Amino acid sequence: MGPNAADPGGAVPAAPARSARTPARRPSLAAAALVGAALMAAVDEIVFHQLLAWHHFYDRSTPQVALLSDGLLHAAELVGLVAGAFLLADLRLRGALAPASARAGLFLGLGGFQLFDGIVDHKLLRVHQIRYGVDLLPYDVAWNLAGAVLLLIGAVLALRSRHEGARAGGDGR
Amino acid sequence: MGGSAHLHTGGDAVTWLLLAAVSVTALALHRFLVRRRRHRLGRAWSRWRTASFATGVLLAVSAVSPPLARLAHDDLTGHVVQHLLLGMFAPLALVLAAPVTLLLGALRPRAGRRLGAVLGRRGVHVLSHPAVAAVLDVGGLYALHLTPLYALSLREPVLHVLVHAHFLLAGCLFAWAVAGPDPAPRRPGTAVRAGVLVLAVAAHSTLAKLLYAAGGRFPPGAGAGAAEVERAAQWMYYGGDVAELLLAVALFAGWYRRGARTAGRRSGTGRKRTPVRGTPRTGVPA
Repeated sequence: MGPNAADPGGAVPAAPARSARTPARRPSLAAAALVGAALMAAVDEIVFHQLLAWHHFYDRSTPQVALLSDGLLHAAELVGLVAGAFLLADLRLRGALAPASARAGLFLGLGGFQLFDGIVDHKLLRVHQIRYGVDLLPYDVAWNLAGAVLLLIGAVLALRSRHEGARAGGDGR
Repeated sequence: MGGSAHLHTGGDAVTWLLLAAVSVTALALHRFLVRRRRHRLGRAWSRWRTASFATGVLLAVSAVSPPLARLAHDDLTGHVVQHLLLGMFAPLALVLAAPVTLLLGALRPRAGRRLGAVLGRRGVHVLSHPAVAAVLDVGGLYALHLTPLYALSLREPVLHVLVHAHFLLAGCLFAWAVAGPDPAPRRPGTAVRAGVLVLAVAAHSTLAKLLYAAGGRFPPGAGAGAAEVERAAQWMYYGGDVAELLLAVALFAGWYRRGARTAGRRSGTGRKRTPVRGTPRTGVPA
């Protein structure tokens, strides 16, 4: 992909006519990251709390502050999922969605949340553990490694899509 | 045994009759207003909004219907389900029915202006600010579950009715303040409303976990066992999630629709990314 970003000085586009059709990279990335983080949080709740029943709704060692922070995180995830989805829809509506950047954002969100959950929630705040009655180390390693891999994929995608929207009509491929 | 069952069915019949009367009156009044509005403005009222209103009435009525009321009396989970229906799902449906818009369209201009003036009062602004509404709504829940109020309301029928009324009204106020399609002068922007919603959801789910964690000590004096409270707390948590998810969808769908309308009007020029503030609509008597 060699757009070589046109020449920055000479080509000032006819702004009003074109601006709506130019992919907006950052908003696309941010909205998709919001969806990604919220999605991972939802997967966490559905798979680990409900299906596997590894996590507990509440574990007796949880300090009260962690309870509150957990509540805030839960709320942010719930509202964030909806907000992110509508932000993406809004970008698409005005032809400003940058698909490659959005994909990058999605992975950044997925991995970012996974890592945050693994380190801050499980280890620092000790809201709950991945599983009970087992040696936690392999679980923690797998959990955080998975988060790191997702985050890395997101970073690579973001790097590769960094020119998206730099030229008008870039379709992000 | 037989006597008490008879007594129950007798009391039930009266309650059912009362609930039926309330529903029929509400729906008839709604129909009357829809016709008045069509007659005055020459525009049809959305069937979706009518369906939403009917759903809201149905949910509210079923929440206090005898089977659920009995369940609520016996088991804390029943009480939580009752509260979810009465304080969260029914209000959302009623608010999405845009009752104020309907009323403004149905009233004569002078009465409409008077209603507009009432809505424009400072007290109404303060009361219908999302943050205030959230405190009234979720704060009421905290007060009910963490103080002896709950146990007291089980013994005092009048208090019981007042608590239910509070749930319904505070729920409506909160849903209206956060996601109401009705015109509301000086309603805060989408970002503020979303922020308040996050805090309210957080407070709600924290309360559920506090109840769960307390192992039967809350609600005080209710005499519920730890297992019963744990089950009820999970219903509160996940049931609340569904209602709050719907509320968030209503909030952001409204924002999206207003954005689409602006984009359509300007056709081509990108809208500034600040969300549209309030709900400027035509036909609001100032």
